[in-house]
Amino acid sequence: MYEQTKTAHHGPAKGLMRWILTTNHKDIGTMYLVFSLMMFFIGGTMAFVIRAELFQPGLQLVRPEFFNQMTTMHGLIMVFGAVMPAFVGLANWQVPLMIGAPDMALPRLNNWSFWILPFAFLMLLSTLFMDGGAPNFGWTFYAPLSTTYAPPSVTFFIFAIHMMGISSIMGAINIIVTIFNMRTSGMDLMQMPMFVWTWLITAFLLIAVMPVLAAVVTMMLMDIHFGTSFFNAAGGGDPVLFQHVFWFFAHPEVYIMVLPAFGVVSQIIPAFSRKPLFGYASMVYATASIAILSFVVWAHHMFTVGLPLGGELFFMYSTMLIAIPTGVKVFNWISTMFKGSMTFETPMLFAIAFIVLFTIGGLSGLMLAIAPADFQYQDTYFVVAHFHYVLVPGSVFGIFAAVYYWLPKWCGNMYKESMGKLHFWLSIIGVNLTFFPMHFVGLAGMPRRIPDYALQFADFNMVTSIGAFLFGATQLLFVYNVIHTVRSGKKAPQKPWEGAEGLEWTVPSPAPYHTFTTPPAASEK
Amino acid sequence: MRYFLRFVLIYLIVYSSNVLAAWDFNMPIGVTNTSQDIYGLHMTIFYICVAIAVVVFGVMFWSIFHHRKSKGAQAAQFHGNVLVEIIWTIIPLVILVAMAIPATNTLIDMYDSTESDIDIQITGYQWKWHYKYIGEDISFFSILTTPQEEIDNKVRKNPNYLLEVDNALVLPINKKIRFLFTSNDVIHAWWVPDLAIKKDAIPGFINESWTRINKVGTYRGQCAELCGMHHGFMPVVVQAVTESEYEAWLQNQKTAKLAETASAQKQWSMDELMTTGAVVYEKNCAACHQANGLGIPPVFPALNGSAIVQGDAAEHIDIVVNGRQGTAMAAWDTQLSAVEIAAVITYERNSWDNKTGDIVTPADIQAVIDNK
Ligand code: HEC
Ligand SMILES: [Cu+2]
Repeated sequence: MYEQTKTAHHGPAKGLMRWILTTNHKDIGTMYLVFSLMMFFIGGTMAFVIRAELFQPGLQLVRPEFFNQMTTMHGLIMVFGAVMPAFVGLANWQVPLMIGAPDMALPRLNNWSFWILPFAFLMLLSTLFMDGGAPNFGWTFYAPLSTTYAPPSVTFFIFAIHMMGISSIMGAINIIVTIFNMRTSGMDLMQMPMFVWTWLITAFLLIAVMPVLAAVVTMMLMDIHFGTSFFNAAGGGDPVLFQHVFWFFAHPEVYIMVLPAFGVVSQIIPAFSRKPLFGYASMVYATASIAILSFVVWAHHMFTVGLPLGGELFFMYSTMLIAIPTGVKVFNWISTMFKGSMTFETPMLFAIAFIVLFTIGGLSGLMLAIAPADFQYQDTYFVVAHFHYVLVPGSVFGIFAAVYYWLPKWCGNMYKESMGKLHFWLSIIGVNLTFFPMHFVGLAGMPRRIPDYALQFADFNMVTSIGAFLFGATQLLFVYNVIHTVRSGKKAPQKPWEGAEGLEWTVPSPAPYHTFTTPPAASEK
Repeated sequence: MRYFLRFVLIYLIVYSSNVLAAWDFNMPIGVTNTSQDIYGLHMTIFYICVAIAVVVFGVMFWSIFHHRKSKGAQAAQFHGNVLVEIIWTIIPLVILVAMAIPATNTLIDMYDSTESDIDIQITGYQWKWHYKYIGEDISFFSILTTPQEEIDNKVRKNPNYLLEVDNALVLPINKKIRFLFTSNDVIHAWWVPDLAIKKDAIPGFINESWTRINKVGTYRGQCAELCGMHHGFMPVVVQAVTESEYEAWLQNQKTAKLAETASAQKQWSMDELMTTGAVVYEKNCAACHQANGLGIPPVFPALNGSAIVQGDAAEHIDIVVNGRQGTAMAAWDTQLSAVEIAAVITYERNSWDNKTGDIVTPADIQAVIDNK
């Protein structure tokens, strides 16, 4: 008996093997987060190359063919390597803690989902050193540029995408199974914390669309190596088919990258307003509606591709509709703050910035939805500005907010508030300096994905580049602060945030290696 | 940090004067009815967005200011209100419907390309545009003319840097012009902001669009769909002229074409071929094989020292005339005249370290084309 209890409460194994063999949700969550941070810096270095080249008109640093590899790899790495794994890492840490489960439902699968990723990205990055260079056809890899006209490394790219897809699908299955089966007794679905809800919905999106991505790269593989003509008009195929299949995946994908951030913000805003979340049920329904609508708007990325009039109208209307549930979420957050008793620690600052800047990205999205106007916006820097507003001060700020909010629980130490605030303010300045001028150059006519540009775009591009360097450098502060906190920060109490609620705050800080081995009582949500 | 901010601030102040004075931070109003409609839609939706932002952020910042703990604010405990939740679902819906109606009308108008006066087929090539005046027997390529030295920052950039071509698309004003878009290789997108036309050029398929230009002028745009290495270097230039000027231009083109056919018959000297060849090479081949003939191996082979270029002329002619299936090397007989092909081959065989001394004549090329 005694022996058994002892092993049931064993600590982590020692050394490297701990990380390779671990099935512990906390270890795996940490690995996902560290991996994501590394990818964030690799993708960021590529952004640095891009912005350095675009600092002035003319070709200074890199040749056009390498520039295209940088834009492509920057996009792929940030989407699949930085943002998605960061949210999976957060889910790994937090979902079991928030629903009172001892671990994820499928711990071995969990280990495997993670360990596929480093190999997938090693393969993707290795293409940079191959003959003919890395993929250079943009992260949207439109055929036939990515098939008939692709560099030989495209095959490795396809294989890497397959591996990332498998990892994501397994991760999503695990999250769904965990949430459905391992909630502590008494926690109904409609009592789950919002972060858990948004991840549940995200996981369904992942399972629905990752196979579509796998299908489209498989069709490419067949076209390239096995003589089929899915996307080759000369053989009876259709290059536009590629775009339909791709965007059927990639539009839900953008919600995959932002719904969990919605969840994070819905945890943090009430905590620092010391007031319950406004409109919990409508938040859940709004998230679900966004997810469902995200399947019927894909062709708004293709307004200039020659869709029939009926198609244009359908996709314009459906896209405009998404503004409604998104609006509901924003209104709910603001109503939560209204008449609260707010304090502004770093997580709250990032959450507020998320609301403001994500809304700006959402509003430019509404502009892009107007199909006739989109004929002018499409494929310009206006689009680049739009999606960076929803992804950087959107998803990435969501991740920062989550890390500052839960880091004391994870490592048991408190981060340095002053440095957190400095990180916040420099990030805010950097982000806006980088992405706001992109709206202007885009409207004025600068296409995206060009290594050199006409003279009238020069001033704004220089501002953008300066902003990007500032934003990039600022992130070193974040890394320093996190490392410092983990190694030698001040001890954090069990619940460092006065207004925070939820089961994760009922366990000690740092959260022990095993938590909730017996289900806790579900507290009020 | 403070210095940096000051630097940014000074920079913004110094530059904002000339930036804001220029036209280039908003969408151009353009020179067609469609472009003006679109500009109107753009500004309407923009002001709607600004209004929403002001209201939403206004409430938010008001709360941030007043409902802070440091000011002794006590948190209320309400967490829902069905009425306001219904209201803020309905109001956006109404705004959206109000926005959708004019947008739909503009779109319907943009899609009506019937009853055109002039039809033009636009074909995208890696990395140039081809224009064909349907029914007129006039067609030509339009290629970037910005010198490589400007791109490489060796000389001062001219005001139309990267937005200039050898042959602009000449169009009459006040005529309904229908465009048919397609592509020879990958997907491109033909875009001129002042006409508010952006349409993808897709290999194997034909897209349609139309315009009616209200004002004489030169309108510049660029390829908008990533199409490979030199995607940033395939501009569009439209020159809108009066109808009589357009007629005169058409006549000119036809005369020029006759002169060109005649020139194919004449005897070409080595010097003439080399001069013409250098120009043809710079415009058509240097993108891949590079001005110095070294290419970008392994994808684009070097021509300097190439076995084909230094070897038998027949093989050299064959690859230039017929291209190489499944590679980026196109069949040039559809894009260049016999004179141009002869000149460029002669040029390649006698440039850099290649010193064959061969002259390839237009007649040699014509013979190969005729035997195809
Ligand atoms: C879009 C890029 C591109 C352009 C533009 C281009 N080529 Fe090529 N060229 C290629 C490629 C790729 C090959 C290699 C084909 C193969 O794999 O056999 C090639 C091969 C050749 C070769 C054979 C070289 C060898 O040693 O194998 C010659 C000669 C040649 N090109 C001449 C020209 C001429 C003349 C022009 C301009 C009229 C031109 N090319 C324009 C891409 C291009
Ligand atoms: Cu192009």
